[in-house]
Amino acid sequence: MNAVGLLRARPRPAPVVLRRAVRMGPVSLVWRPRVLLVTMAAVLAAVLVAIVSLGVGDFSLSPAQVVSALLGHGTRQELLVVQTVRLPRILTGVAAGIALAIAGAIMQTTARNALASPDLLGVTAGASAGAVAVITLGGTASASGILREVGVPTAAMVGAIVATLAVIALTGRAGLSGIQPLLIGIGVSAFFAGAVNLFLIAAPIKDAARANVWLTGSLNQRSWPELWPIVLAVLVSVLILVPVNHRLQSLELGTDIARSTGLPLRSTGVLLIGVSVLLTAVAAASVGPLGFVALVAPHVARMACGMTRAPLLGAAAIGALVVVASDLLARTLFAPIQLPAGAVIAIIGGPFLVGLLIARKRRTAQ
Amino acid sequence: MGGPTPTVTVQPLAWLLGSLLVLGAAILVGFAVGSRDLGIPLVWATLMGEGDVETRAILLDQRVPRTLIAVVGGAALAVAGVLIQGHTRNPLADPGLLGVTAGASLMVVLAIAFLGISAPSGYLWFAFAGSAAAAILVTTLGRLAGGRRDSSPATLVLAGTAISAVLSAISGVILILSTSTLDLFRFFTVGSLSGVHDLDGLRPAFFCIAIGLVVAVGHASTLDALSLGDDTARALGRNLGRSRFVGLGAVTLLTGGAVVLCGSLGFVGLIAPHLVRLLVGPGHRWLIPISAVMGGIIVLAADTLGRVILRPAELPVGVIVAMAGAPAFLAIVVRTRRSRA
Amino acid sequence: MNTSPSAGLIARDITVDYGRSTPALDAVSLTIETGVVTAIVGPNGSGKSTLLRTMGRLHTPQRGTVLLDGQDIFQRPTRDLARELGILPQSPVAPEGLTVVDLVSRGRDPHRRWFDQWARSDEAVVFAALERTGMTALATARVDDLSGGQRQRAWIALALAQETRTLLLDEPTTYLDIAHQLDVLDLVRTMHEEQGATVVMVLHDLSMAARYADRIVALRAGRIIADGTPADIITPPMLRDVFDIEATVIVDPNTGRPHVLPIRRTG
Repeated sequence: MNAVGLLRARPRPAPVVLRRAVRMGPVSLVWRPRVLLVTMAAVLAAVLVAIVSLGVGDFSLSPAQVVSALLGHGTRQELLVVQTVRLPRILTGVAAGIALAIAGAIMQTTARNALASPDLLGVTAGASAGAVAVITLGGTASASGILREVGVPTAAMVGAIVATLAVIALTGRAGLSGIQPLLIGIGVSAFFAGAVNLFLIAAPIKDAARANVWLTGSLNQRSWPELWPIVLAVLVSVLILVPVNHRLQSLELGTDIARSTGLPLRSTGVLLIGVSVLLTAVAAASVGPLGFVALVAPHVARMACGMTRAPLLGAAAIGALVVVASDLLARTLFAPIQLPAGAVIAIIGGPFLVGLLIARKRRTAQ
Repeated sequence: MGGPTPTVTVQPLAWLLGSLLVLGAAILVGFAVGSRDLGIPLVWATLMGEGDVETRAILLDQRVPRTLIAVVGGAALAVAGVLIQGHTRNPLADPGLLGVTAGASLMVVLAIAFLGISAPSGYLWFAFAGSAAAAILVTTLGRLAGGRRDSSPATLVLAGTAISAVLSAISGVILILSTSTLDLFRFFTVGSLSGVHDLDGLRPAFFCIAIGLVVAVGHASTLDALSLGDDTARALGRNLGRSRFVGLGAVTLLTGGAVVLCGSLGFVGLIAPHLVRLLVGPGHRWLIPISAVMGGIIVLAADTLGRVILRPAELPVGVIVAMAGAPAFLAIVVRTRRSRA
Repeated sequence: MNTSPSAGLIARDITVDYGRSTPALDAVSLTIETGVVTAIVGPNGSGKSTLLRTMGRLHTPQRGTVLLDGQDIFQRPTRDLARELGILPQSPVAPEGLTVVDLVSRGRDPHRRWFDQWARSDEAVVFAALERTGMTALATARVDDLSGGQRQRAWIALALAQETRTLLLDEPTTYLDIAHQLDVLDLVRTMHEEQGATVVMVLHDLSMAARYADRIVALRAGRIIADGTPADIITPPMLRDVFDIEATVIVDPNTGRPHVLPIRRTG
């Protein structure tokens, strides 16, 4: 590394430690204990909630039974219920939570906007429209097989991309910062919501019923076919994000500084928004629109870790926790009736958003 | 700013008459068109008293009431929009967007679910309660989030979206918990005029909307004063507290009634006043009546279109309004942004 | 001082048009000499910020180009360029709660490898930057808690940590009180004297520009009107032409540089 710049001479090693780092050979990471703590706590909580959740249902099990069933011991019935029926469902929820949280965190960073979340920017609504279109137009073929596993997520992706392009085109030069793009997101969402209703009404009743089940954003009837697209999307996203993540922090300092420190804004923006849209669409295709997770999880992570932007790992862990916990609540609050997890998240997420708005205004008013 | 000057009075009157004419035409088209097309001469004849039983049934039992419901509901939503925009000084306010209609719907759902009320005349009062509560909640939050200078209309809309989402989710939860409620309620969220047209049962709704409209018209000069800012309005001698109370009352009556008639329709309360402002300017004396007519036209046109597009099936008004209203809303947002930039 | 014709920062025929009646910059050409402190001055709306930002690649001109060492900066990969050319925009904003170290370490972005997020060399450079700007004692302080001058020095430390040979500063002293203005400009001069840095700054205050710069470029309505050493440039006729003021120019007894004493507006 050439130290020819304004500092001229090669600087000697720093006499004091400015920031702690974890170093292992050529690899180093900034040591942020609070992030580690929060992430581990969230993971632990998510695991505990998941274990309880695995025990809840028509055939109820104690947490101890659940754990032994997971490990392979227990009666055939226990193994069946836990491993074959419930486990993929919970895992899908976890994966969806992770995907949505990361999508929200990236979107907020790229847009330099605390309120920018794929739900508010119309991405989820677009994904819904795409998915419902396939479910209703595909008829019974979409209930299983290739159309369900590949067709629905792909259509959701297409819908999400269309919605995102619409929002970007309409926000124009001003970019995604500020509060205007959210208004546009609301308009685009409303349009696609209307489209969803259109499909629901135009379709034969049983397809519409299936679509409606999908639309309520829940983990019911989700299994391995819903799980693997999300896992794939998350893996791809992680592969893309890890090399780029460390440079995203300069975005917080404004586009000028980001550009001046060498961040190619446009290509980075496209990449990040692309990843965010991918994650949102795939998650929505699998579990239906789970509004607010993408908004809430990154903020909670950011506040809990005391950072200026949401740490991706922490947000992911909290996203998983939110989904799993909401699902558990949704299933147990009014047992034996099962509410959709999305409803519970909305009831918590709405006031959260309002709180954010109020806090935001107080801050900018200073 | 203020009322229209005398030289402009001719124009707004012309617009009012013009829009009434358009409304009349739309009504006639509404009567004539549907799953079975009746020609306009046939419609005219049937209205005059002739015509066979079947035609009379279609026209008088279905289309006339339905048209009436659409027009009155649309008018109510449009004027409610004008009132909310005036009181929040926010050109993007709309009873649907701000969650007022969601509040009304929720209370109706609660009434049906927990109190077993199934007649519109019964749950009308709950619709009012819901509208009022939601309106108060949103405006308070908007004030908290927006600060005294109301510098960001978008904040209010966002708050409204959040509240709308929460209230809809709660409604949704209740509907899941009680399938019998769901039965009575199925198309409510998108608004449908294809339910039972029991005009007698809806009479209280019409009555309350009528009162709301009258109050709104009388409220026009107050709205003009309010548009100049709270301080200026006070300086002009308005009692802010009482004005807000009257305004809120009118919004409650109008929105509650509209929800009972047409379900939760968004965007009408936003687009109608906006269009009218483009035509005749911001003076409320003309804005309110012409918006009412415009709102009626919009909902009626949407309903008629819905009856025709997927013949013989029907597309609910809400879907059409959403898919046409959303782009119109976006156009408004983009225009506002550009003019401010 | 490198006098090779292709070295250094060269702006050629820059035209920036915002679609208004007159372009913000009208076919402006400027060659920045290496190892020299250049100040760009001009009245409001003269295009000085636009010119600086274009030279710093923050803005793309409609016509013309900017070369650095013979290469078009708009074609170079952003990260590469960031190792050679740094720009500090006007009134940058740091998010709430950010510490000085976190801020300055952003300057290491163009050098950092993704798997080595806090290399020892990064730490060394950041420390050196903090030392140069006198901010070592405040390394762990929050940027919000700093005074105006300290904050500006922190941002300059960020630019230093980038280890570029050329640094562009857009109005680094606006909104600072006189003590902090001197603070920042003395720092710039020290960097230049000790390291031979190439610095281009947009300054509002003519007398400050005269005091701290070796070369002054005066713009008006998107064109360069005057270009030369402070002694040559800061004259009553130039002040009339460029700034619409009647003024007396004296020699500052402390610095030996021209100092402007305005009398009244002309135009």
